[in-house]
Amino acid sequence: MSGRTVLALLDRTAVEAGGLSPTARELLEVARGLAGGLDGPLELAWTGELPEAVRLALGGLGVVRVRHLAEEPSSSAELASALEAHVRAERPAVLLATTSFASRELAGRLGVRLGAGVLVDALHLELDRGRVVAERSSFAASWGSRCEVLAEPAIVTVKPHATVGGAPAPASVVGPEGPEIVPLAPGEPDARVRVVERTRRETSGRPDLATAATVVAGGRGFEGDFSLLEELADELGAAVGATRVAVDEGWVGHELQVGQTGVTINPVLYIGAGISGAIHHVGGMRAARTVVAINTEPDAPLMEIADYAIVGDLFEVLPRLTARLRELRGSRT
Amino acid sequence: MTGPLEAAHDAERPGARRYPARVKIVVCVKHVPDIQAERRFTPEGRVDRGRGDGTVNEVDENALEAAARIAEAAGEGEVEVVVLTMGPPVALDAVRRGLQLGADRGVHVSDEALAASDVFATARVLAAAVRRIGEVDLVLLGMAALDSLTSLLPAALAEELELPALTIASRLEVANGTARVSRELDELVEVLEAPLPALVSVTDGINSPRLANFKAIMAARSKPVETWSLADLGIDPATVGLAGARTRVLEARELEPREQEVFDTDDDGEAGTRLAEFLVSRGLA
Repeated sequence: MSGRTVLALLDRTAVEAGGLSPTARELLEVARGLAGGLDGPLELAWTGELPEAVRLALGGLGVVRVRHLAEEPSSSAELASALEAHVRAERPAVLLATTSFASRELAGRLGVRLGAGVLVDALHLELDRGRVVAERSSFAASWGSRCEVLAEPAIVTVKPHATVGGAPAPASVVGPEGPEIVPLAPGEPDARVRVVERTRRETSGRPDLATAATVVAGGRGFEGDFSLLEELADELGAAVGATRVAVDEGWVGHELQVGQTGVTINPVLYIGAGISGAIHHVGGMRAARTVVAINTEPDAPLMEIADYAIVGDLFEVLPRLTARLRELRGSRT
Repeated sequence: MTGPLEAAHDAERPGARRYPARVKIVVCVKHVPDIQAERRFTPEGRVDRGRGDGTVNEVDENALEAAARIAEAAGEGEVEVVVLTMGPPVALDAVRRGLQLGADRGVHVSDEALAASDVFATARVLAAAVRRIGEVDLVLLGMAALDSLTSLLPAALAEELELPALTIASRLEVANGTARVSRELDELVEVLEAPLPALVSVTDGINSPRLANFKAIMAARSKPVETWSLADLGIDPATVGLAGARTRVLEARELEPREQEVFDTDDDGEAGTRLAEFLVSRGLA
């Protein structure tokens, strides 16, 4: 069984409302599927505080062992160094993390240190004769590809809402006492890099843009005031996104930029208002399952790729949309 | 002469290394298919680079601009900017573009064995080229290549060169032998600092790249460009390209464009209402 371990990576930001976030659960589901196919254990590397309730719940998600790095590493270099030592000693076959700027950086470092095969942004994972195969999309989601990892370990970053195929998931193998905790030795920090300032951003209280199931996005058409969009977002429980123009104009922060140099998203529902659909933006959202566009310009590129296109003034359409949703959904709850 | 980049006589940092007046910056650029043009894979599952509509990766222009601004701020002759690329003969265009945008000279690593290299082979080759350029103080590059969008190269190259990495910079200052960047990363806003030599990857928000004017285009023509092979860099061809790749594309296919389901012109002011009903009926809201 040794050498066929799947190691999923999570940190304390995976805790939401005292439990595991949906994105973290999705990652573990994918990891568990691969572990089943490899007939090996699913382990979790966790950095930062691990609440007891979360640890207990991990057993039911197939995790047999938690490699715990209690002190949060201050950089990708430090975490890479801790994981490098762990992988050299324990030889897991697969490392999985949710796609983010941080996880890609980690994957780039570990790829060099371990000679690992790395794939990012997997939408679907499966095993083929013991090798990890990932489906990805390219060129603004106009192409799809299947890639195989030849080297071991395989390091894969997984998109939110990713799926796993073929392999049966192992049944829960730990009892009600939950998975065991094994401390992970801290890594070497890169002493040359000094953190001059680090502030945690005020959170909007809305879902995270990268992982939200629903995203409402705005562009130039808003002329500086996103409040109608925010009202819609709050009605839908959606994340707010924006185009580069809206970011450059200073209407919203860069963290809300959807696109090839911002956040790439693949939500279940994307609603874009006042967005023409430059390739920079479309490249970051085209993987959305359902696309709605609202624009005064019928020929705007986003209108052409939308499943549902409305030619209209967003200042008219959005209030109606939000009001009607409130009526329909209010009657449900 | 004391240039602004010199780690000079800084009383606060007595241990600081005294920097030579001439600071060397290498900007790594990638020649990619134009994102405005039709992009595709070859039947072998590689990005098709041979269609003649390639260009320098957009975010790399921001890295070139950042280098040009550092050089201008330091004054004539203080900073040397080298634009470096790896790629087939056509990738020379990316080097030329770098020269038009202010780089002083170019290096093009080109070798048939490099075709289909993965990011780790690329990092190894670029690292070897940076070492051969020698005495490099700052390696600059864009945060992502807009063809593959993996964003793996900056960290991988920093590992190969054993340089401190300041990635995804939306602001960069280089002074007194130190690079300082600001970055916005998920829920964190950070200011990081590292002594030179260092590696910095930049976002497209860091600056607005200049347009090359006629004078710059003419001047670029007389700037030197060297072409290096794998043999020049002492790299075994069997360890790069398809032979050395740690991942393999099994299949690539163009996805069918989706059929539009609804096209609603809001003549009666009720399009928003209809959309709400559609979303609820589909279980999307």
